[in-house]
Amino acid sequence: MKGLSDGRWNRYEIAFWMVPVVAYFALPNYRTFGSQILVAGLFALSLDLILGYARIVSLGHAAFFGLGAYTAGLLAHHGWGEPLSGLVAGAVVAALAGSLASLLIVRGQDLTRLIVTLGVGLMLYEIANRAALITGGVDGLPDVSMRPLLGMFAFGINGKTAYWYSFAVLFIVFCLTRRLVNSPFGLSLRGVREGEKRMPAIGVSVRRKLVIVYTIGAGIAGIAGALLAQTTQFVGIDVLGFARSADVLIMLVLGGAGYLYGGLIGAAIFMILQDQLSSLSAAYWQFWLGLLLVALVLFARGGVLPALIALHRHLRGFGSPLRRKVEKT
Amino acid sequence: MVGNFVGILFDGVAYGALLFLISIGLAITLGLMNFINLAHGAFAMFGGYVCVLVMTRAGVPFFVALGAAFVAGGALGAVLERLLYRRVYTRTHLDQVLFTIGLTFMAIASASYLFGPGQQPVRMPAYLTGQVRLLGIDVGAYRLFLIGVVAVITLLLSWLVERTRFGAQVRAAVDNRTAAEGLGIDVARVFSVTFALGSALAALGGGLAIDVLGLDPSFPLKYMVYFLLVVAVGGPRTIRGPLIAALILGVFDVAGKYYVPEVGSFVIYALMVTMLVLFPNGLMGKRT
Repeated sequence: MKGLSDGRWNRYEIAFWMVPVVAYFALPNYRTFGSQILVAGLFALSLDLILGYARIVSLGHAAFFGLGAYTAGLLAHHGWGEPLSGLVAGAVVAALAGSLASLLIVRGQDLTRLIVTLGVGLMLYEIANRAALITGGVDGLPDVSMRPLLGMFAFGINGKTAYWYSFAVLFIVFCLTRRLVNSPFGLSLRGVREGEKRMPAIGVSVRRKLVIVYTIGAGIAGIAGALLAQTTQFVGIDVLGFARSADVLIMLVLGGAGYLYGGLIGAAIFMILQDQLSSLSAAYWQFWLGLLLVALVLFARGGVLPALIALHRHLRGFGSPLRRKVEKT
Repeated sequence: MVGNFVGILFDGVAYGALLFLISIGLAITLGLMNFINLAHGAFAMFGGYVCVLVMTRAGVPFFVALGAAFVAGGALGAVLERLLYRRVYTRTHLDQVLFTIGLTFMAIASASYLFGPGQQPVRMPAYLTGQVRLLGIDVGAYRLFLIGVVAVITLLLSWLVERTRFGAQVRAAVDNRTAAEGLGIDVARVFSVTFALGSALAALGGGLAIDVLGLDPSFPLKYMVYFLLVVAVGGPRTIRGPLIAALILGVFDVAGKYYVPEVGSFVIYALMVTMLVLFPNGLMGKRT
């Protein structure tokens, strides 16, 4: 593996970020779908901080996505339709909830963490379901009308504003996250990931790191939820559902956890697969999804992105067993 | 009021007994191999469908159907352990979670393909329906039957674990796998047998649960958190721990839904948070 990253962008990263721009012009009929992929990518990015960098397995990450969605949705529903402040509000509410939940999560082992994350998710779903007067319950929250972005760009039916808005938010949050994981804080996070027992020996409080990263991850999930509510101008109760938590976990491991880009790639593959397979037979998408997961664990450890990196290294001669031997001697 | 309270306590104990029966296999796999099997509820669902199928198609009595569910569940567990589970024992918890969620999804999709998405009806024998009078209060006959069945099974399990040679091997493997292997215990075989037994008990529980929890394809996910909770709160190393945890959960869940229906399932979540804060390693776990 390479050592310290100098934080400079390499050509593959630049090429990667051109893809959404090209897709916008090349596939004008898929802009709404495209902005959903961008939102899902942002959501997967938030889980990557928690799973890929802090090694916390979460089965209820939709809790924070849903909190963000309902915060932004309720603000707009009651007349506060300014998008950017709604986004910030969604992030703040989700981050607060995340910091509360993290106090429980850092205490336990994997099993406890699974249950707490699962339980928090189910609990919030139940609250949204019972408080139908406020949230609209299973019928969802209608009348989420947004004012034009920055006072200039209205959210129209053609999905232009929604697409560029999602893209801009994703890109900005991604840059901040990338900065974070390359910072000293990010390094100590990696230290925690590689050797949780050794980090206290050099004076790092593991719990503190985990609380911070979990809070940030929850906040970003809140932004993703708020973004979905604003761009679709609707909040369905499924934003808090277990299926959403499971889906985002699958997206992330499909792409590869711990690279930041893995979640984005996984989200795109997952959404396109889902779109294609559900149109074949909507009811049995779940079966193929299950099979995909089982196959992923049995045969393709690490996901798509690590496989691509390994392939690239192999083609260039790095990392092939022979070369490594030569380097050593 | 007092009679009412006793009635709720009784229902809660019956519910908890059922949770214990289904979850004990999960506790064994976790304690023995440190393996998190989120698909455990799918074995219970499988048992439920086997029960319904042989009762409606073959017309066999309820008790025979329960036996069929037990045997079929054990067989399925043994086969899957051999073919699939064995490959992921040494993987990370994340891999185990993904793998078993994948299996759960496949089970749910298969169940709705084969049996449709609706609830399965089941006709109980006449002597298990209605109320019976016990010590001056009316209790559900089926609930009484459930408690009886689980009590017998728990005694049998305790006997198996504490008095037999096989039980001694299981305890040794749970306590220290390496040392147990060093003594010549075939831990892999011990695990195969206990996995099959745990699956069989879950399938039996699934059959018994049709009348209490219902049976539809979403069963494995709907009750997953309950099964996990029983194991996490009770600790995976004993039979007594999960039993106590299941009974507490059952009583609080039933009482919560009866006395404060407007908050419904929050009682159980609040209880869960309290328990996990007070006992992060389980009721019977080692203190750290």
